[in-house]
Amino acid sequence: MDFDRIKEKLEILADAAKYDVSCSSSGSKRKNTKKGLGDSSGMGICHSYTQDGRCVSLLKILLTNHCIFDCAYCVTRKSNDIKRAAFKVQEVVDLTISFYRRNYIEGLFLSSGIFKSADHTMERLIRVAKKLREEENFNGYIHLKSIPGASDELMREAGLYADRLSVNIEIPTKSGLKLLAPDKDHEDFMKPMEKVKNEIIQYKHESKLIKSTPKYAPAGQSTQMIVGATGESDRDIMYSSAFFYRKYNMKRVYYSGYVPVSNDPRLPAIGSQVPMLRENRLYQTDWLMRFYGFDIRELLNEQHQHLDMEIDPKLSWALRNRQLFPVDVNRVEKKLLLRIPGIGLKSVNKIIQARKFTKLNWEHLKKIGIAMNRAKYFITCDSREKELKDLSSENLKSIILQNSQSKFRKDINNQLSLFQ
Amino acid sequence: MTEKVLTYDGTFMGFLCCVFLSYEQKIKVVEIIPAGLDQSQLFCETENVLTEESKALRVLKGLKTKTSSNGFLRIKWAFLSEETGIELKLLQMINYIFSKKQKVDSDYSNPAVLEITKTAKKVGREKHRMEAFVRFRLTKDDIYFAIIEPDFNVLPIIKKHFKSRYADQKWLIYDLKRKFGCFYDLNKTEYVSMDLPEDMGISGGNLEYFDPGEIYFQKLWKEYFEATNIKSRANMRLHVQHVPKRYWKYLSEKSTFT
Ligand code: SF4
Repeated sequence: MDFDRIKEKLEILADAAKYDVSCSSSGSKRKNTKKGLGDSSGMGICHSYTQDGRCVSLLKILLTNHCIFDCAYCVTRKSNDIKRAAFKVQEVVDLTISFYRRNYIEGLFLSSGIFKSADHTMERLIRVAKKLREEENFNGYIHLKSIPGASDELMREAGLYADRLSVNIEIPTKSGLKLLAPDKDHEDFMKPMEKVKNEIIQYKHESKLIKSTPKYAPAGQSTQMIVGATGESDRDIMYSSAFFYRKYNMKRVYYSGYVPVSNDPRLPAIGSQVPMLRENRLYQTDWLMRFYGFDIRELLNEQHQHLDMEIDPKLSWALRNRQLFPVDVNRVEKKLLLRIPGIGLKSVNKIIQARKFTKLNWEHLKKIGIAMNRAKYFITCDSREKELKDLSSENLKSIILQNSQSKFRKDINNQLSLFQ
Repeated sequence: MTEKVLTYDGTFMGFLCCVFLSYEQKIKVVEIIPAGLDQSQLFCETENVLTEESKALRVLKGLKTKTSSNGFLRIKWAFLSEETGIELKLLQMINYIFSKKQKVDSDYSNPAVLEITKTAKKVGREKHRMEAFVRFRLTKDDIYFAIIEPDFNVLPIIKKHFKSRYADQKWLIYDLKRKFGCFYDLNKTEYVSMDLPEDMGISGGNLEYFDPGEIYFQKLWKEYFEATNIKSRANMRLHVQHVPKRYWKYLSEKSTFT
């Protein structure tokens, strides 16, 4: 191995890949068979964290950053004056195996700029995955990018080797896409998603009948949207997101605060702040939608097109729906427990367990670990003392804000001042 | 009721024998400690409990029928915390479990249950961290070798993970603090004890012991780690929260390679 050459390529092609925030390596169920290398049946592990606190779980690189397209929001765009490089198929295979054996990574996330054509690029990505599976007997995690416009046959093949496939829609609205990536066709994104979805459904069906049906993308598909590149509202973003979850059975939708990479006047200037707080609120909303039983229209709608940056979306919803509260934590059904601000999924389960044995009071609830500073205004329990509940929502919000420390406090002040 | 301090050999089976004895003799146990450690109860009878597998297994069987599989795991993990006084807490939880008809290992309103659960969670976190932060280095004789110094005694519960993952390579994980390692020879794992030369280091690729390519992969990994960072998103507080500084020594991406 020519380490110096590889090092140079790695620097360029890891740098270009880092804007894809997905690093998940869970949900695959691929077991180590025949004493091979690797196992992805577990939870997925973060082997390190970047200095911005993101999980490092996969070797995330581009095969090449040569690209024939010119999407304005992308560092790899054709018109950008940067160093270009390309890995050979075998180089990626060797690097993945060597890192995996040392327990640096859970697997590979391979994406690419589009060289020559979509099919040509996709075919090369598949070759890497195929070699890993067939020549190296590798059972670690493989995430391949579906190249927009790739043929159905290739998408079918990709899923036979990859655990996860993803197409990043990047721009949440059609109009935004037209503005920033005029030479890309909206349909080109949807087609591979549709194909992957159908293959997964078919796999699930067939594997019930025939046990030995080869796995197809067992960790499903995901997509990513850039936040804050065009003027889209939180509602636009989350409605698109809900659409992707529903229409294509997405496992995950990722939200990535736009990191300025261009002086293009259509985009936020280089040096403008990455909207990390907004990104965080979107993730919270995503979770409410997927795990807490909320319909997205309850959280965002015609009257509320943007999320409240100061407080989390569940609290925000609860303050708009005071008539439902307070609820008695010792009695109320799970569906409503999940809707109480300051009580997370884990606490909900703990409460349900614990209340079988004892009537819970404030002390118990504190020990269980719920966020009392928010929850206490929305619940009753087996304690005498009651919290003030006849406050207006406005007052309540400001009391809660005064008594809570947000890790984003600084950002809130910064980002809010933009609107003042 | 007589009060007694029990000492045992420090193993989980040994501890279960203490539990057995407490029921058999109907005594009040005030302390359980590994033999050789100082007891804090000065004016109390001490009994050294011998480990007998048959007794331990009887307790084990009883426990398994009266706990959920998670509850049982929590008991085992909490034990591995090696925290002072954990044995007595475990005994209290076990007493509570045996005193009730239904399964109560998730009754968090019981203080012992809650505390054991919390301790088990800490051990679980350490287990998870070690599974993440173990960094193998390839030795000259083709063994992937890693050194750890975990806060709790987690080697016994991480070996399974590594065995299923690295089935086709020889590996050895060595706990420097507790002076024993786990070696996988392509067929089975076994515990080993050995003296490590000082200059093996926790990262780096001293050519006396390691494959000539080894150091390059550590450097490539570090290169990758740096390239994948997004400066405008820097958040060191979050970074340190995820990778507490005491773990940095394991990570070649944090090493300076001087
Ligand atoms: S096609 Fe992909 S890599 Fe190429 S410029 Fe557009 S987003 Fe970037």
